[in-house]
Amino acid sequence: MTDIGWINAALTAARPQVIAALLRYFRDLDTAEEAFQEASLRALSHWATNGPPRDPAAWLIFVARNFAVDEVRRNKRLERLPDEAVLSDTDDAETSLAERLDNAHYRDDILRLLFICCHPDLPATQQIALALRVVSGLTVPEIARAFLVSEAAMEQRITRAKRRIAAAQVPFEAPGPAERQARLNTVAAMIYLLFNEGYSASGGDVHVRIPLCEEAIRLARLLLRLFPSEPEIMGLTALLLLQHARAAARLDANGAIVLLEDQDRRLWNRELIAEGLVLVEKALRHWRPGPYQVQAAIAAVHSRAEKAQDTDWAEIERLYSVLERLQPSPVVTLNRAVAVSKVRGPEAALALVEPLAQPLGNYFHFYGVRGALLAQLGRRTEARADFDRAIALARTAQEAAHIRANIDRLLKDSEERAVT
Amino acid sequence: MLYALLCYGDENVIASWSAEQDRAVMAHHMGVERALAAEGKMGPVVRLMFTTSATTVRGGREPLVIDGPFAETKEQLLGFYVVECASLDEAIGIASQLLHGSGTLEIRPIRYFSDLSNPRLQARHQRGDPRLSEDG
Repeated sequence: MTDIGWINAALTAARPQVIAALLRYFRDLDTAEEAFQEASLRALSHWATNGPPRDPAAWLIFVARNFAVDEVRRNKRLERLPDEAVLSDTDDAETSLAERLDNAHYRDDILRLLFICCHPDLPATQQIALALRVVSGLTVPEIARAFLVSEAAMEQRITRAKRRIAAAQVPFEAPGPAERQARLNTVAAMIYLLFNEGYSASGGDVHVRIPLCEEAIRLARLLLRLFPSEPEIMGLTALLLLQHARAAARLDANGAIVLLEDQDRRLWNRELIAEGLVLVEKALRHWRPGPYQVQAAIAAVHSRAEKAQDTDWAEIERLYSVLERLQPSPVVTLNRAVAVSKVRGPEAALALVEPLAQPLGNYFHFYGVRGALLAQLGRRTEARADFDRAIALARTAQEAAHIRANIDRLLKDSEERAVT
Repeated sequence: MLYALLCYGDENVIASWSAEQDRAVMAHHMGVERALAAEGKMGPVVRLMFTTSATTVRGGREPLVIDGPFAETKEQLLGFYVVECASLDEAIGIASQLLHGSGTLEIRPIRYFSDLSNPRLQARHQRGDPRLSEDG
């Protein structure tokens, strides 16, 4: 690995803590970002020649804070800038002072930074874009590429988001336990959203979006390191790991979606699965179930099956009914119906699915699932109508192609019956 | 003398490595590992999962189970090697070879060593290819 590669990884790793601390000092996101940028530039030259400091984050906080203070002074024309030599003399005594100052606030600082990015005043797409820019340090062109919008549009989206949160005035005092829990839940939801943005690919080329999934996992791990005893954060991290583990098997050579049951399981990432399974196990020991844990447990059941036919569908159905109780939603019921069809057959599943026609009338997967159940029951005309509807609702070429394959199977099936 | 070479580093940084960076580090370690194995000096090698996957059990009248690693530190124990060296100098030499970019190695002479492990474990947990199920 080159030195620059290592320094960049260290800067990326330190970024959330450093920006968060600077935000507490200066209470302004742009000042914090600019100071971090400056400190990073100095780190690139300083660390490359002098070697890395023992605590990169403390070093960066110290240098960035000095820079920002000088900027403020310079803008007020009170004092001259100190020369470079003063800054490069930042010694261990000073960094350890910065470290002591910051460790006490470390956790709430980062949580606040993440929370500010997902302020309820911001629409979901702005939350994610802001977190990627501010916390993860992705460049505007990188984020624009992932969201398939122009750089100018993304720049504008981020600027607008920053203006909104500046107006929203998130308090800087350390939060109480209830407020901390609420912030944690909001941040977890944003990370989940970020992952799904990369995973479900609402339009466009899926491959450019894998970095979004990886970034979501990095943020989830960061959050878990800050809150190591929160079962829902373990569940969230596990869920993302277990789903991302299947990335290489999810699309075939032509970019078409490969269903879970048809995936080549040798392509699954065993290291991610192993880590995900450990976290599910740890979380469930707390006996404080939550939606992320249950979804992770469902993903874990799939991960444990060496072949699709080994899947413990009864366990999956049981977990979906737990999820239905924790977080009732027609989509969850639809998923439970899929499990029911495996355990008790298409008839029982269809009975569960029919009442969902109203709430899920515009949902691609509803017609995909109901069409498949109808096809299994030999009700081909109705199945065909559902598949057509699904194609009309598909958001990506891959989704549409997948349904078309179902229709082809249906047609082939009826031809075979016509022949015999 | 048998030495344990304990690898330390900042997990935040390791979580920020790209897949290519991670592969490059592993390839480097495996290269040194193979060379040492050829010389007959290699004992067990372990890369640990992130400390977020750790659980700590503290002794007492009732053992207390705590999430996370024993020590909350800036750098975490990432893994370890067991190698046979004629001298501390040699151990330092090997540690220097293992270093790749960032990271720190601690050299700890081993007091008692036993390896009664089932060969099945080795077959299943070759690096990068841990088998799917934990049993059977």
